[in-house]
Amino acid sequence: MIKKKTARVVRYNRWGYIFLIPFVVVYLIFQFIPLATTIYNSFFELYQSGLTKIGPNFVGIENYKTILANEDIWTYTQNTFIMWIIGFIPQILLSLLLGAWFSDPSLRLKGQRFFKTVIYLPNLIMASAFSMLFFTLFSDGGPVNNLLIQAGIFEEPYKFLSNVVSTRTLVGSMNLIMWFGNTTILLMAGMMGIDPALFESAQVDGATSHQVFYRITLPLIRPILVYTLITSLIGGIQMFDVPQILTNGSGNPVRSSMTLIMFLNKHLYSKNFGLGGSISVLLFVITALLSLLVFKMTTKKNQEAGA
Amino acid sequence: MKKKMISLLLTVSMVSVLLMGCADAKTTGEQTSEGDQVVSETTETEEVVETASEEGKVLNIYCWNEEFKSRLKDHYPNYEEVDATHGKIGDVSIVWNITPSDDNAYQNNLDNKLMQQADETADNKIDIFLIEADYALKYVDTEYTMSIDELGITEEDLAKQYQYTKDVVTDSNGVLKGVSWQGTPGVIFYNREVATEVFGTDDEAAIQEYVADWDKFVETAGKMKEAGYNMTSSVMDSYRVYSNNVTSKWVVDGKINIDQNIMKWVDDSKKMYDAGETGVHGMWSDDWSKGFYPEGKVFAYFGPAWLINFCMAADVEGSIANQGKWAATKGPQGFFWGGTWICAATGTDNSSLVKDIILQLTTNDDIMMDIVKKDNDFVNNKTVMDQMAQDTTYSSQILGGQNPLAMYCAGVESIDLSNVSSYDSGCNAEFQTAMTNYFEGNATLDEALALFYTAVTEKYPELTY
Repeated sequence: MIKKKTARVVRYNRWGYIFLIPFVVVYLIFQFIPLATTIYNSFFELYQSGLTKIGPNFVGIENYKTILANEDIWTYTQNTFIMWIIGFIPQILLSLLLGAWFSDPSLRLKGQRFFKTVIYLPNLIMASAFSMLFFTLFSDGGPVNNLLIQAGIFEEPYKFLSNVVSTRTLVGSMNLIMWFGNTTILLMAGMMGIDPALFESAQVDGATSHQVFYRITLPLIRPILVYTLITSLIGGIQMFDVPQILTNGSGNPVRSSMTLIMFLNKHLYSKNFGLGGSISVLLFVITALLSLLVFKMTTKKNQEAGA
Repeated sequence: MKKKMISLLLTVSMVSVLLMGCADAKTTGEQTSEGDQVVSETTETEEVVETASEEGKVLNIYCWNEEFKSRLKDHYPNYEEVDATHGKIGDVSIVWNITPSDDNAYQNNLDNKLMQQADETADNKIDIFLIEADYALKYVDTEYTMSIDELGITEEDLAKQYQYTKDVVTDSNGVLKGVSWQGTPGVIFYNREVATEVFGTDDEAAIQEYVADWDKFVETAGKMKEAGYNMTSSVMDSYRVYSNNVTSKWVVDGKINIDQNIMKWVDDSKKMYDAGETGVHGMWSDDWSKGFYPEGKVFAYFGPAWLINFCMAADVEGSIANQGKWAATKGPQGFFWGGTWICAATGTDNSSLVKDIILQLTTNDDIMMDIVKKDNDFVNNKTVMDQMAQDTTYSSQILGGQNPLAMYCAGVESIDLSNVSSYDSGCNAEFQTAMTNYFEGNATLDEALALFYTAVTEKYPELTY
C-alpha cells in the first residue's frame, strides 16, 4: 500500500521535472555555460591583437595576480561604492517616506494611482537614453548651465562633467531617479502587509505617528528592507550603463567615475577574455559573499524574533 | 486518465514550443549574420545561375555609413537600387552591410566576419569592405585583405592618385592592398568677419601669416581672446594637425612612444586652454559645433573639404557657412582627416566586379570629375584636381566665393605617412581622453600620462611602456 503510494507520488512528480525543462535548458545555455567558461578562461592568456588571436595559453592564477597587484581595481571598487551610496541613501529615505504616505489610510491621499505610476515611469526609460539626456542637459553649454547663468548664480558655465563630486553626484542621482519608484512600491507592499489592528491599537494607546513609524512600521518591514538592500547592492556592483554613457566610457575626470564593470568592459576592446574573466570571477565572489553575509544576518535576526 | 492526457498534451506542446523557439532563433540568427540579405527567391535561382557563370551572384559590401553607397548609386554605371540595403548591378545583387563605427562596432563586426571568412559559403563571404586611415594597417597587414595587384589592377591604373592615399594601405612588405576615391587634405577655416574685425583683413595670404606656425598660432589665440573670440572650438581641433606631423610611431619595438610633436600639442593646448582661448570638449559634441554659428564666437576650425561642405551646418539658416562667411588658408602644418579606402576581401567570388568597381570609382576621370562637381568631394586624381583648381568658374559658396582646390592640392602633396601604425586609432583616442584631465587641472601631466598608458595597455595587452 505504502509502496504503491510512493510510486504514484514519484510518477506524479515526474511532471514537475518535465515542466522544469524549459527553465533548466535556458539556465544551462544562458547562465551556467557562460559562467563556467568565464571561470575557465580566467586561467588563460587569451586576447586579440588586431586580427591575430593570442592564446589560449594556460597561465594559472597569473591574471588574478595582475588584477589584484594593480591598485586601480581598489580605486574602481571604491568609486562603485561611493556612487552607489550617493544614490542609495536618499533613495531608501525617499521611498520610506513615500511608502508611509501612500500606505497610510488616515491620510486619504488623492490621486495615489497617478503618482504611483509617475514615480515608476523613470524606470521604464532605458538607462543609456536617460544618461544621454543628462549628458546633454549638463554639458558645458547645455540648458542647465544656460539657466544657471541667466539666473545669475554662475558667471561662467559650471563644468559638471569635469568635476569629481558633480560627476559622481549626477550618476548617483540618476540611479536615484530611476529606482526610487521601484523601491517605493516594494516598501509599500511590505507596509500594507502589516496588520491594521496594530496601527489601531497604537492609536488607541495614544502613539504619535512618529512612534508608529519607528516602533511598528520599520521593525515589521525589515525583511523587505533587507531584500531591497541586497538587490540594490548587487545592482550597484554591476553599475555600468549610466556612468559609461555619461562619461563616454572614459570614467573621467581621472577615472573617478569608472566602475568595476566599466573596467571589465575596457578589457573587451581587445577581447581579453583572460583578464576580463578574472575580473568577472572576482566580482562574482564579492557579490556572493555580500549576499551571503546579509542573508545570514537576516535569517539569524528572524530566528531570534521567532524564538 | 483524462488528467493524464491533458498533462501529456501540455508537456508535448510546451517542449515543442521550446524547440521551435530554438529553431526559429537559429534561422533568424543566420539571417542577421548574413546581413539579412538573400531573399528566398535568390536562393532558389542561385544554383541555376552559378553554373551559368563562374562569378558569384551576391556581392557583400561592409561599411559604416551611406557614403560609398551613394557614390556607387550616383556614379557607377548600371547600379540599380532595390531597397535601403540592397542593390543590383546586372544580375549580381549587392548587399550592403552597414554598421556604424561608434564604439568600435564596425570593426568588431568586421573582425568577426573576416575571421570566419574561410568557412562561409561563397555568397556569404565578404567581397568588399571599407576602412579608414586610423586603423587601416590593422586590416592591410593581414592575409584577409587581397592585394590590388592580384585583382588585376596595375600601378599604371593608379598613376594619377596621390601618394599618401597609397601609403596608408601599403602593408609592411610594400604591397598595396586598398584604393581610395578621395583625398582629404585639411586646411584651416577661419571666420571672415572675425578676421576683418581683429586684423583688418580677411585675405587668405594675410591671415596665413598669423597662423604660419604653432608659435604664431598660439600668439594669435591671445589676440582673439582679447577681442572676445575663441581661437578654436576645442583643443581637439588641432590634435590631428600635430599628430599627422610626427617623426616617430606610437609604438616602437612593442613599447609605447609619445612623439615630440604630440607633446607640443599638449604644451600649446594647455597654454591656450588655461588662457581661456579654447575649450576641451570632444569633437562632434554640441559644445564643439556651437562655433558653426556666429554666436559661438569661434575663429577657426581645422578640417578637410568634407567637413566644411557637409558637417558645418551649411544648410541651416544663420550659420556662418550658410552666409558664406568662412575662408580657407593653409595653416601651420599640412594634415589630412578621414578618407575611405576600398579593400577586397580574400576569398571573394566576385573579383572581376570588385576590380571594375574600384577602377570606375577611383580611376575613371569622367566619373571623378562628376564626383567633384556633384558631391563637392576632393577626389583622388591629380589630373582632375589640378584642372579643377585652375577652373575659375568653380568656387565654393560656403567660402565666400573662394576656390580652395589649389590649396588642397598643395596640401595633399605635403602629407607624409611614414609613421602610421596599426595602433593609431586606439592611441589617439586614449591620449585625448587622458590629456583632458591634465588640461582641466584634475591631474598633473605625469598622472595624465599614467592614465594614458593604463588605457592603452588595456586596449593592447601586448604593449609595454
